[in-house]
Parts: sequence; structure tokens; C-alpha cells
Amino acid sequence: MADEDPEIQPDPVTEAILEEVTGAGLDWRGIILVPVLAIFSAFVLGGLVIFLAGEGVGTILTAFGALVTGSVGSLGAISETLTFAAPLILAGLAVGIGFRAGLFNIGGEGQILMGGMAALAVGFSFEGLHAEVHLPLALLGGIVGGAIWGGIPGWLRAVTGAHEVITTIMFNFVAANLTVYLLKSALFQEPGRSDPISKPAFESARLPRLLEFLDEGYRVHSGIIVALLAAAFSYWLLFKSTIGFEFRAVGANPSAARYAGMNTSRAYVAVMAVAGAMAGLAGASQILGNTFLKGTPGFSSNIGFDAIAMALLGRSHPVGIVAAGLLFGALRSGGQEMQATANVGIDITTVIQALIIIFIAAPALIRAVYRVKASDNTEQITKGWAT
Amino acid sequence: MEIELRGITKRFPGVVANDNVNLVVRSGEIVALLGENGAGKSTLMNILYGLYSADEGEILVDGEVQHFAGPGDAIAAGIGMVHQHFMLVPVFSVAENVVLGVEPTKALGVINMSEARKDVRDISTQYGLEVDPDAIIEDLPVGSQQRVEIIKVLFRSAELIVFDEPTAVLTPQEVQEFFGILRSLRESGKAIVFITHKLKEVLEIADRIEVLRRGAVVGAAIPSETDEQALAELMVGRPVELTVHKEPAQPGDVRLAVKDLVVLDERNHVAVDHVSFEIQSGEIVGIAGVQGNGQTELVEALTGLNPAISGSILLEGDDITHASPRKIHDAGMAHVPEDRHKSGMVLSFTVTENMVLNSYHADPYSKGVLMDWDAAREATRGLVAEYDVRTPSTEVFGSNLSGGNQQKVVVAREFSRDLRAAVLSQPTRGLDVGSIEYIHERIVAERDEGDGILIVSTELDEVMAVADRILVMFRGKIIAERRPSETTTTELGLFMAGVAEGSNGG
Repeated sequence: MADEDPEIQPDPVTEAILEEVTGAGLDWRGIILVPVLAIFSAFVLGGLVIFLAGEGVGTILTAFGALVTGSVGSLGAISETLTFAAPLILAGLAVGIGFRAGLFNIGGEGQILMGGMAALAVGFSFEGLHAEVHLPLALLGGIVGGAIWGGIPGWLRAVTGAHEVITTIMFNFVAANLTVYLLKSALFQEPGRSDPISKPAFESARLPRLLEFLDEGYRVHSGIIVALLAAAFSYWLLFKSTIGFEFRAVGANPSAARYAGMNTSRAYVAVMAVAGAMAGLAGASQILGNTFLKGTPGFSSNIGFDAIAMALLGRSHPVGIVAAGLLFGALRSGGQEMQATANVGIDITTVIQALIIIFIAAPALIRAVYRVKASDNTEQITKGWAT
Repeated sequence: MEIELRGITKRFPGVVANDNVNLVVRSGEIVALLGENGAGKSTLMNILYGLYSADEGEILVDGEVQHFAGPGDAIAAGIGMVHQHFMLVPVFSVAENVVLGVEPTKALGVINMSEARKDVRDISTQYGLEVDPDAIIEDLPVGSQQRVEIIKVLFRSAELIVFDEPTAVLTPQEVQEFFGILRSLRESGKAIVFITHKLKEVLEIADRIEVLRRGAVVGAAIPSETDEQALAELMVGRPVELTVHKEPAQPGDVRLAVKDLVVLDERNHVAVDHVSFEIQSGEIVGIAGVQGNGQTELVEALTGLNPAISGSILLEGDDITHASPRKIHDAGMAHVPEDRHKSGMVLSFTVTENMVLNSYHADPYSKGVLMDWDAAREATRGLVAEYDVRTPSTEVFGSNLSGGNQQKVVVAREFSRDLRAAVLSQPTRGLDVGSIEYIHERIVAERDEGDGILIVSTELDEVMAVADRILVMFRGKIIAERRPSETTTTELGLFMAGVAEGSNGG
């Protein structure tokens, strides 16, 4: 495969984006301070939007208060936050690992769908298995389904040079419609239904709820544990293993990676397969963690795209992605409360989310507003020779 | 005309690039600005050209204080600049490039090309800058492209012309032609500033020499009253060895045998054309040649990055013609690539990560897929000390090191293994005198340990100083072989230009 390596050099713009999203060469200001200020600014602007919509300052404070109580104010709220966060973290890892290796994985949606469908198939195909066997097997289905769906664009990139942005986006369309087709096929469709809805997976494949013993209404399930384990694994892979060293070298400087004897083609396939596996787990979590254990069209619910935001906000670092996933999970959960108590539409949380991303994507803006010194990564610590 | 820079100070975050610099240049003289990379020469000239504004100090033209908001103001004041990297549109003609931005026009804004051609011809004849106004830039040799840059500056009526490292891209013969041009510009009353770090050239062409070190003027000299040694000491700030000390080579067994090698370039043209040579243990073979004569492709073939289409490469008898870069590396071949930023290092990686960049996959840096970063850091600390890499820690990013220290990281990484042969491409390009001295010492030490070393350099002085045998490459072929003691830079320069063909013996 090395002979066919088309070796696409990233253009300066791509390179700059990759440096920004991976925090390459950034100091603590760039990695911590800018995101924190971005979140703060987004809330200020979000408040301004509510104000301009004709609400009083009191309502704004009530709304933001509700956002807090609705996300972390009670055990139930935390349960909701974690429920939303789990797939966001998993899919965020799928995008972040790609960024680390210089690849733009926009195919989270498709990978979630294919991973979820594979997990679903495993879930309803084996009756009478022990949960200890069935659940891991179903999760493995999600991993494999996502890995294949991510791996193919990686392979196309390695062999033909087809850009992964285009192929992954197209694979999203294929996956979305393939999902609808499958859900209406004899294999998946629930008997007696004419709409695209699957038969349920067996209970033995369910991701167990964590707080059910306290209250039936606490939805949080072990998908969040899967997400945290996946984040820990990603950290180990990227920073402690030779595989991750290759991923990061290929991402930061493909010619240096080739010079150093790394097989860049193989790395592209591997990166996209691992990324797809993470998104596939997100899909599995969506299916195996939901109450009815059924697949419906669009069960990916845009998480694959929100995942890009997770990776951006978290600087493509597993720890950052976990934090970003928790924040966005909290915004979702709190948004519901905000709508209920302050009568401020849940859409405003989406506005805030979008503003956070804009500020993160345009760090120069935040640096200018708050006069944060840019870390100049060309600054030389050592000067000259004879000192 | 007299241009004076008075008390110029320019600070960048963490660095004082220019520290209270004073400089006067008058019509009819050539002033050399000598200094190592990072000494502040280019910053100073960019201030003069209006690209940067000084934090302190002022620029005076004929005694009057000027404020340059941009290059436009500087050009209007009669200041011109010829950059190291030419600012030409490759697909445009000479005349089109010269008038670009200040085109003479006919009615309705139509460009008056016949007038442009005439202007170019007039300037050409007046200053002896031979060039065809209708030639397309990309078809011209580098020396001619430089002449176009000079015509461009003269066309904008510059009285003071700044040349930034103008000889870096020229062959020895082209350098002599260029000096001829400088002299004729001086005779016609232009003021010239010549930025360089090459001592020989300064002594040959300059009327006055100003030496910059770490942003400050540390001395001035007149060529007739100084020599290379004194200038190098001023430039570096300590005594420097300019000659490479080495015993005569004691060649042993054949380490690298290249036979009938043919390599294609990116566009599938033959770049290396049936090249054969051998390198024995304990000798340094230098390949001289003007950039772009197949050296890059030869090195890529030797290191597995761009496999040859025919011929063979044997490393101590093992056929590595079609081996992968990893296999060649593991077989004991070191490779210092020509561009350390493009492929020698990952700038956003730490010094440690860069130090294990091509040996991370094996003991002691990893077990299976598990990296042993403690072992990598410990080895790096040792190498940083041994190779005198100036870095505050092994965990800072590669981009935080100066060029010389980056190159020392690359050299340390490549030389710190049990080697059989080494391929070094432009090992000292862009480095300061001190780093060059050090890296040359390491190369000779590596030779004395019995490795076969190939050094590819476009700096003829470097090849002459370090190599035991010199091969000259021209248009993909090796057209001459000489020992440094039996040849001169003039003779080699003629081979490099393809003017003469030497016997391929010895």
C-alpha cells in the first residue's frame, strides 16, 4: 500500500485549523483560558439575546438559574446531564482522534447509525444469553459497525487520495437512508408495523441503569461509564502507545512521519477505524441505553455533528472532550428546565452552544476582547549559540 | 543620498531583535551587514523598508526624519529591497514582472507593453544587467531571475538597494557576475546594503562592514584591515575554528555501493541518471552541485523515500534498493534530511518525541505497542547533554528551539545509533557559524568511528572543507570526481555549471 500512497500535503489553512483544534503549541491560556472565556462570553451574549427578545433582567436571571438547577441542581438533573453527555463524549472522541491524526472526520452521524444498527442486530438476534455475555457482544457490534463505516473512508483516502471530508459526509447520507431501508426490512422491522421501527433488543443487551434503585425516573445508564472508559482508552492510545505516536506524527507532519519510517496509508485507515469505533459505541449507547431498546430513523439525533463541537471545545484531548461533553449535556438537560420554569425557549441553549463554538473557532476574537496574550509557538526559548 | 538609522530598537515578545542600532549608508558605497541567523539583520532592514515599525529610534534620509508606514513610503523615499526569496510571478514575462504594480498605461488604462519593454532594455544596458524583456520568468536560471529583481528595484528609481542574502541561491560563477553588477551599481552612485553571513564575500565586495550580534552592532571593519578569523570572532562572540580539523581518511571496506541508479522526480522525469559510486567505511564523500540537479532524488532513493526505478543500492552488501525507510533505518543508515522543518522534525512535538521519532518502535523506547516515555526522556536528556542542545527542558516543543539547536536534535537522533553509513543532506543549511563548526566536528568523528558518510551540500565551501572525495552532480549525472586537495572552487564551480566535464576517475 505504501507504493500507492498519494501523500496529500495539508494546505496552510488546514494546517492552521488542525493546530488550533489540537492545541498544538498552545500554552495554558490557549487550552484552558480561551474556552472558559468563550463559554462566559456565550452566556453573556445569550442573555443579551433573551433581553432583546423583550424579557426583563429578572427573567434572564431566572432562566440561567433554571439552567443550573436543571443540569446539576438535583440528582435527577445530574442523571439527565450524564444521559445526554455519554453519546456526546463518545462521538466527540471519534472526531478528536481524527483531528489528532490530521483527518477531518465529519462522518460521526453515519458511524453512529451503523454502529447502533450493528449493536441492535446483535441485541435482538441472540435470545437467552447472559447479560455478561450479551451486552459486551452488542457493544462489540457497535464498535465493529462504526469501525467499518469509518475505516472505508480512511482506506479510500489512503489508496486513492479521496478526501475524507467529502467521503465521510457522503457516507452519512448512505448510512441515514440505509438505516431507514433496514428498519423496514424483514430482518429489523418490528412484526406488524409498517413504519420504520425495529424490534427491540433483548433485555440482556441493555446498558443497565445506574440509579434506577433510587427512582424509576432517573434515566442515567452505564453508557456514561462506557464513555469514560473510552476516553481513558483514547488517552492511552494517543499518548502512551506507539500507535498513537504514529497517529499524532502523521497528523502533525506527514512528511516527517514518512521520513521516520511510518506507514502513513496504514495510519489513515487505522485512525478512521478507531474513530468510527468510538462513534459506533455512541450509536450502541443510543440504542442499548434507551427505554424501549428499539431503533428508529435518526436515532443519531445530530450527535455526530455536535461531536465536532466537542472536539473543538476539548482541543481534541480526551479529558477536554469529556469536559465538553458534560457541559453540553448540562446545557441540554438545563435547557428543558429553563423552558419549563422561566418559559424561555430551549432553543436559546442551542444559541449559546453555537456561540461557544464560534468563540472557540475564532480564538483571535476572544484573545482580542479579553487581551489574552497569544502563545507564540515560534518564539524561541534558546537564542543563538554562544551564551 | 545618505540614509541614517539612528538608535533603532525593536522588541518582539521575549526578544530584543534590534538594540539601539546605528547605521549610515551613503551613495556610492557597499556596506555589508554581517551577522549570524537571528542576529537581527533582516529585522533591521525590514524596519528600513517600512515592513516593521521601530519601537525606538528614527530613520533619516539626507538628514530629514522619515516615517515609513509601509514599503510604499520606503520606495517613494528611494529605498529598494531584493529579497532572498524572489517576489516574481513565474508565468509572467520579465517586462511584466518589472512593471507589476506601476504599469505604464495608454488610453483607457491599457498597459503599454512596448514602453515597459523599452524601460527594461534601457535599465539593462545602463547597468549591464543582461536579460531578455520577453523571457518568461520560470524559464530563466536563478541568476537571471535575480537580475530581474534588481531591474524591478531600479525601475522604481531606488537610490539605496538592500540585498538580503543574495548569494545563497547562486553558483560561484553567478556570484562573480553578481559582484560585477554590484560594482557597476556603486559606480553609478547607488548606495548598497549587502546582508550576509558569508565572510569571504564580505571581504571581497564590501567597502565597509558592520557586524551585528544578538541585535546590537558589535563592531565595524574595513576589508583591507581585517580577515575572516577576526570577523568570525566578532560575529560569534568567541574564537571560532573556520577550518575543519581532520586526519587523512583511512578508507576500509565498501559500505554503500550505488550502481546504475535511475530515479524519477515527482513529475516522472529522470532526475538521477545512471549514477554509480561507492562509499567506503571511514571516508566522507561529498556531492556538490547546484540545487535541483538530482541530489534530492538521489538521497530519497538511498533512504527509501522514493524508490529507484532501476539500478541497485547495496548497504554492506545487503540490497536495499527497494527497502522501506524503516528497514533502511534499522539496517544502520542515518539520514539527516535536507529540510528539517519539512521532514526532519515535528515542530509541535517535544524534544523527547522528536528524539525518538524514528526509533520509537523498538526497544528500549517501547515494548509491544506500549511506549516507555521514561526511557525516551532519559535517553533524550543524555543526548541533549552530549550534543549540547540548548533547551530549557526535554519537554519543550521543537518549534521553541533555534535552528541550530533543532539541527543538533536531528543530528543527535541520527548519530546516536550503531551505524553503518550516513546520508546527510544540507546538514548545516541556515545555521550559525558556531553550530556549523560543531556539526562538522561530529561528522568527522562519525567518520573516524568507521562509518561511510555521504554529504550532499549546495555550499561548495562546506563540501571542500568536510569531504575526502567530491563528486559533482549536474543534470542527474555525476560529471566529475576530485579530491579537495587536487581541485579549486573555481574548477568545481565550472563543473557545477555544466561548463566543463571532468574525467570520472580517481
